[in-house]
Amino acid sequence: MNDVSFKPCGDGALTVAFPSRIDPTINARVCTLARLIPERRVRGVIETIPTFSSLTVLFDPAITTYARLVRELERLLPECNQTSGAQKRIFEIPVCYGEDFGEDLPDVAAHAKISAEEVIRVHSSTDYLIYMLGFLPGFAYLGGLDERIATPRLQSPRTKIPAGSVGIGGDQTGIYPLDSPGGWRLIGRTPVKPYDPRRAEPILYRAGDYIRFIPITRAEYDRLLPACEDGSYVCSIKEG
Amino acid sequence: MIQITNPGPLTTLQDMGRYGYQTQGFSPAGAMDTRALALGNLLVGNDPGEAALEMTMGGISCTFYQENIIAFTGADVEPKINGEPIPRYQAVLVNRFDVLTCGFAKTGCRAYMCVSGGFDVPQIMGSRSTSLKFKLGGLEGRKLQAGDVLPFRRAMLSIPRMAKRMLTPETWEEIVTLRVILGPQDDRFTPKGIETFLSSVYTLTPESDRMGSRMDGPVIEHREGADIISDGIVFGSVQVPSGGKPIVLMADRQTTGGYTKIATVISVDLPLLAQRKPGQAVRFAAVTSREAEKLYNAQQRFYQRLADRKGWKL
Repeated sequence: MNDVSFKPCGDGALTVAFPSRIDPTINARVCTLARLIPERRVRGVIETIPTFSSLTVLFDPAITTYARLVRELERLLPECNQTSGAQKRIFEIPVCYGEDFGEDLPDVAAHAKISAEEVIRVHSSTDYLIYMLGFLPGFAYLGGLDERIATPRLQSPRTKIPAGSVGIGGDQTGIYPLDSPGGWRLIGRTPVKPYDPRRAEPILYRAGDYIRFIPITRAEYDRLLPACEDGSYVCSIKEG
Repeated sequence: MIQITNPGPLTTLQDMGRYGYQTQGFSPAGAMDTRALALGNLLVGNDPGEAALEMTMGGISCTFYQENIIAFTGADVEPKINGEPIPRYQAVLVNRFDVLTCGFAKTGCRAYMCVSGGFDVPQIMGSRSTSLKFKLGGLEGRKLQAGDVLPFRRAMLSIPRMAKRMLTPETWEEIVTLRVILGPQDDRFTPKGIETFLSSVYTLTPESDRMGSRMDGPVIEHREGADIISDGIVFGSVQVPSGGKPIVLMADRQTTGGYTKIATVISVDLPLLAQRKPGQAVRFAAVTSREAEKLYNAQQRFYQRLADRKGWKL
């Protein structure tokens, strides 16, 4: 399949670009290549960053070169076409939409030409596939956002977004696990901590799991917050 | 051990970074100026990647409760022992109860103090680097504060070839040229946009930090929008959001992001950017992967020559 291209990322990395779509089949090819590289002990590779439709491969230019690594990775591509039928876990994440937690909710509604209530209904009626973790520890990139509520990112990223914020950036949606800069439109906030270094498993979920957003009131948010803060909150997981 | 009396504006322990966990979204952190860190470590007989103190914009004051060999590299924070200036880029013996003081960065932005044998703090996930955002590594995952105590792994009164352990201090041009390799999304910019990027002078804004060097200057023109499906980010990725002003992602970068990346600063030139203060200027120039690989390998050979042929390695 000749739908893959290689792009340099400086002298110590390259990106293997699969067709640029958020698509479970393409993501499965990315994950397979990420698995094959250490299995086949490709020389000079330090680590990889798998994403929706690309794999960034970090390498040591003292051991290999861009040109040589491209040749070695090309040989692995034909093997990247298997799929697996794994057990589906759905994490139920309570979200207080709007209020002072979702200051961009009116902008998202205006862009979609629907009401804020309709944005909430659409956003919380999908089970989102976790394609990858990245950007921050436990930041899940989710697939499946309804295109009606897709909204471009901010022109200039905010310098600080509070942990737990739920946002929309382009045709993606997700939760900020830590205070961080970011360019997504904020529509709400969850008291749940996707990343908590005190937990035995600091990251709540894995790539391949699903997330379902459950709308809650401000009062419910305030009621759940202490348990989430002290680490005693247990996230509800449905089998699907 | 040393005890900090004045931590300076932002001082953290950093090594070459915590690599191997980017799949889970852990960015590596590590020194901003990896060359200053490597040279400082080589001067005191360490491996190039040993953890050292990175001081941003200004240096620390501290008391030494044990003797050891130290070296200052990177920004010129005018270090003094008991009030007497000490040379930078040179191994210096500090005695028990000596007092080290520093000023603000006269040139450069980040100074490194390496100690022979390194600091005795635990390795977290294979690294001693401080990740301020994730609150791990270094000293309790935070910047240094007055009263902090940093133990040495060992104290040394002398090391072989003391008199010869010196290098020429790095200096910086008024406008620093950063060589880049175009891509991975250079095809998302118009020819005019690429031309603007490669011919203009950009200045660092005050929002620049360990995460990214934000630039002000002429707007870089996209073909159609600045959003991409999020992909991997590396040290030196030049991200251009829809506002058209470049941001070079640095040591505390996120692992992935959704803005177009016009180019990547090559690894041997990242130290030049790490030493720019807000308000200072850079320009960008394109090179090939092959040229960048040669420059990287030449730098590695230089480190190797200091460690082995000059016999600096202990």
